[in-house]
Amino acid sequence: MPFRASDDGDRTRQGVATLVLLALLLLIACLISLGVGPTGVGLKDLWAYATGHSASLTTQERVILEAVRLPRTALGLLVGAGLAVSGAMMQGLFRNPLADPGIVGVTSGASLAAVTAIVLGGTVLSPMALFFGNYFLPLMAFFGGLLNTWLLYIIAMRAGRTSTTALILSGIAIGALTAAMTGLLIFMADDRQLRDITFWSLGSLGGATFGRVSSILPFVLVVLAIMPFVARGLDALILGDAAAFHMGIPVQRLKKIVIVAVAAACGASVAVAGSIGFVGIVVPHLLRLTMGPSHRFLLPGSALGGGALLLIADSVARTVAAPAELPIGVITALFGAPIFLFLLLGRNGIGMRDVQ
Amino acid sequence: MSDAMISATHITVVRSGRKLLDNVGIDLEPGKFTVVIGPNGAGKSTLMKVLSGEMTADMGHVSYYGTSVDLCQPVDLAKRRAVLPQATQLAFPFTALEIARMGAVAHGALNPTEEGRKALSRVGLRGFESRPYPSLSGGEQQRVQFARALAQVPQPVADGLPRALFLDEPTASLDLGHQISVLEIARDFASAGGIVLAILHDLNLAAEFADHLVVLNHGRVVAEGPCADTVNDDIISAVYGIAGTVGRLPAAHIPYVLPQSRHR
Repeated sequence: MPFRASDDGDRTRQGVATLVLLALLLLIACLISLGVGPTGVGLKDLWAYATGHSASLTTQERVILEAVRLPRTALGLLVGAGLAVSGAMMQGLFRNPLADPGIVGVTSGASLAAVTAIVLGGTVLSPMALFFGNYFLPLMAFFGGLLNTWLLYIIAMRAGRTSTTALILSGIAIGALTAAMTGLLIFMADDRQLRDITFWSLGSLGGATFGRVSSILPFVLVVLAIMPFVARGLDALILGDAAAFHMGIPVQRLKKIVIVAVAAACGASVAVAGSIGFVGIVVPHLLRLTMGPSHRFLLPGSALGGGALLLIADSVARTVAAPAELPIGVITALFGAPIFLFLLLGRNGIGMRDVQ
Repeated sequence: MSDAMISATHITVVRSGRKLLDNVGIDLEPGKFTVVIGPNGAGKSTLMKVLSGEMTADMGHVSYYGTSVDLCQPVDLAKRRAVLPQATQLAFPFTALEIARMGAVAHGALNPTEEGRKALSRVGLRGFESRPYPSLSGGEQQRVQFARALAQVPQPVADGLPRALFLDEPTASLDLGHQISVLEIARDFASAGGIVLAILHDLNLAAEFADHLVVLNHGRVVAEGPCADTVNDDIISAVYGIAGTVGRLPAAHIPYVLPQSRHR
């Protein structure tokens, strides 16, 4: 086994230590994200700005920090945390380390709803678009994600557990169906909408504004707030629905809450940043190796680690090909896909255990 | 009917047009070790699911100390009874201690880690705390689950009310020595005023440990009472189709092991 438990079997200390390290990592990631970029505004300028010496900066430098880097960092933090936590929750719900919102089609449901919002937002859905304003796109994506999570749950769950095969195959089927419907909508779109869709679907934190940050903030905050209330239930659920009920968990209610939370975090992230894959599978997987599978530490750890990972990936995306930007999804897939394959092949024994 | 017990009356469960349980009544009394026996498909596990509140009967009524089980929240039930399921497999590598700890958390322990540790040593798994559950043998996994159930009801009587242990084939994957030690722990739990219900396949173990034996066949109770009244040639041959086996020795050339012979 690749993970080490401390000798007395109690991994509480490991969990706490990992959380502290992750918090530090996140802090460093924030500094990198704020202080690195193709414009040459660096950590020294950031320090001057943060310590109240902003007078020494040019207007341009201040604008870059305030209007470009700060919202982009905040957005990356929220999207990364949302994606990683929803991945961890989904894996607990499906009792399967391979359940990633991107792979099993939740993201594509959110995408379909987001494209629907863009294409029909000016016509059929315009009253809703006007009423919800900034929140229209994330709300639509939330309901799209919710619909697909729920569908997947009904299709892939057999006798209280999912087989990896059923999960991935139904994810592919649902994903294909929603992709086809997205294609239909794109076919109907006019030129301006096409441009909006294309920009949106590139999967990027570019163009971050405080408006976007505030539009997904409530979704991600709600998910972070419920973490302590679902952690024990998700742990118990790993032993099965019946055992969880025997240990006092209101199983059906827990599942509904988790499905809604996954859809909220995932839908909001897709709405503002397009589909960024593999964060939800890589972060929880790496954390389980270091601190064990208990959700008490896994969920907060995923929030911290997901934020840090996405900020670092975004910093790389902005700088390697500067002044051009690599799509961030390319970066996350480059290291995420091999880890996914590794899990699928079950080299470490936890991937394929439940296949049958 | 005493208020200090778990009782089921007129339980009928129908699935796919088949009566899994047909008008079954059972009283689980404090201080008694109740054992349910019966052939495969007799409805033993279904009865336990109904009694634990996990499954709702189509007809009939289950009550905990006078309160209908339908009115109990899962968290309240969890404080009153713990259930040891048949084999459990995990997709995630919790340690033995983390599994046992979950039981302690379920009853609201102040120091669940310590109580989980205590429960593991009660089932003879001291030193196994840090072992990942998936790496344990079937029998060891079963005992970790038993420790989890014990950690959930650490006291046979708490706040003046008896607690219950429901054990679904607790001895299934255990060697002879551990079969007996697990059932001895359960018997001590009952002797101290707790309620124990176990499903067993081994009639020798059932006869040795049961204070009250319930024989199920085709979803009905065909006999119940002390072992002396229920384990006899008529009932065993009617239920299992094996005649002439009770209290007799096999032919001289077949060696046999009767664990109950240790009580002389």
